[in-house]
Amino acid sequence: MSIVRNLAVSAAVIAAAGAAVAWFLTAPSKVDALMLEALETGDPTRGEQVFWAGGCASCHAAPQASGEDRLVLAGEVRLQTEFGTFVAPNISPHPQDGIGGWSVGDLANAMLHGVSPQGQHYYPAFPYASYTRMKPQDIADLHAFMATLPPVEGRAPENELSFPFTMRRGVGLWKLLFLDGSPAVALADPSPEIARGQYLVEGPGHCGECHTPRNALGGLDASRWLAGARAAEGDGTVPNLTSGEGGLSDWSEDDIAYLLESGFTPEFDSVGGSMASVIHNMAQLPASDREAIAAYLKAIPEHADAY
Amino acid sequence: MRIFAFAAAAISVTMSGAIADPIEDRKAHMKERGALMRVLAPVAQGKQDFDAAMVMDALEKLQANAEVGRDVAAFWPEGTDTGDSKSSPNIWADLEGYQAASDKYAADVAAAVEAAPQDLAAFQAVFGPAAANCGSCHEKYRQ
Repeated sequence: MSIVRNLAVSAAVIAAAGAAVAWFLTAPSKVDALMLEALETGDPTRGEQVFWAGGCASCHAAPQASGEDRLVLAGEVRLQTEFGTFVAPNISPHPQDGIGGWSVGDLANAMLHGVSPQGQHYYPAFPYASYTRMKPQDIADLHAFMATLPPVEGRAPENELSFPFTMRRGVGLWKLLFLDGSPAVALADPSPEIARGQYLVEGPGHCGECHTPRNALGGLDASRWLAGARAAEGDGTVPNLTSGEGGLSDWSEDDIAYLLESGFTPEFDSVGGSMASVIHNMAQLPASDREAIAAYLKAIPEHADAY
Repeated sequence: MRIFAFAAAAISVTMSGAIADPIEDRKAHMKERGALMRVLAPVAQGKQDFDAAMVMDALEKLQANAEVGRDVAAFWPEGTDTGDSKSSPNIWADLEGYQAASDKYAADVAAAVEAAPQDLAAFQAVFGPAAANCGSCHEKYRQ
């Protein structure tokens, strides 16, 4: 055998091994069965709070829906990004078209690991990179609440993505790089209020998904956490929530909590676009949660505008 | 009082109909609305004492501002969707809906003036629905 042929064989073996390792590493993972068993039966009343904190209605209810219509989770909201158009699915409790057939474990796999009941990766347009920080009991409560909502018939259209983003397995690689359940910022000895705010902002509230800049691969840049970003859709920007230059240094905690309740800034401008929808959700939370978010935002590291 | 003076001046300018730069003009118009909200909202929140005369004065100015704002064609003419503006393309895609939203807001403010609230509870009852227009309109028509 010639040296060239030997080399070719070795290269092929290495490539095959590499592909096997990559295939293994990008495999969808699931939540621990023992952890699921330890959960209490979901409480729909607590679950409703999780639902609003998680902002589910902003993508899964109809655009500009208000009141009871925010509980009709037919999907179809289109998120137009540089990777293509993501279409939010029907997550109403319809047994075939929605998620009515899902167990608590299915919902936990989806939200904590970004994995479907069929064992496929979801695209991170579904903000599981934040939801992964949620308490499993919150997922069980949310599951109980969502079962009480009206079932809606009909499936939303498929995503419209271009190659290579059509390859779901590739999301496994993205997860290896960016799916990390540890806190986004390290806070020294936070008060219970700040800790609650940290949970709400970094977990269910998924504020960082829009307010933190992303790197070239679409991962959040934790070194500029909540420092503002270019909008995923259109050519606008998303504001800096830290107290650095361009951020919220002039805002009191009261101002922040009032914005989350009413949509009004201290100048009595009223926020628009997707943040107006977020306000609908935040307004449903107990005042103490909005105050906790404000306390957390005042406690995080300051950065100048990141866009 | 300075806010009132500013608001009155701004209203007289916009009412004169001299609209040269629609983007600048609609921004000034909205800022004036915000300045009046800044007077009224803290009263509704209970952070500022209720003073019937002061509230009525601000409400009347808010009504004048809202009436002027119903002229969608003057403030949001075709072709002013680009530039330094946070107006959403939805305005031009749905001019009828946007006109209806402006009319509804003006009607809710007019109803508040009509009610002439004499105490905090009466004021809150009419101010709440009027102020709710800000968020609902901005959700669709502002970026």
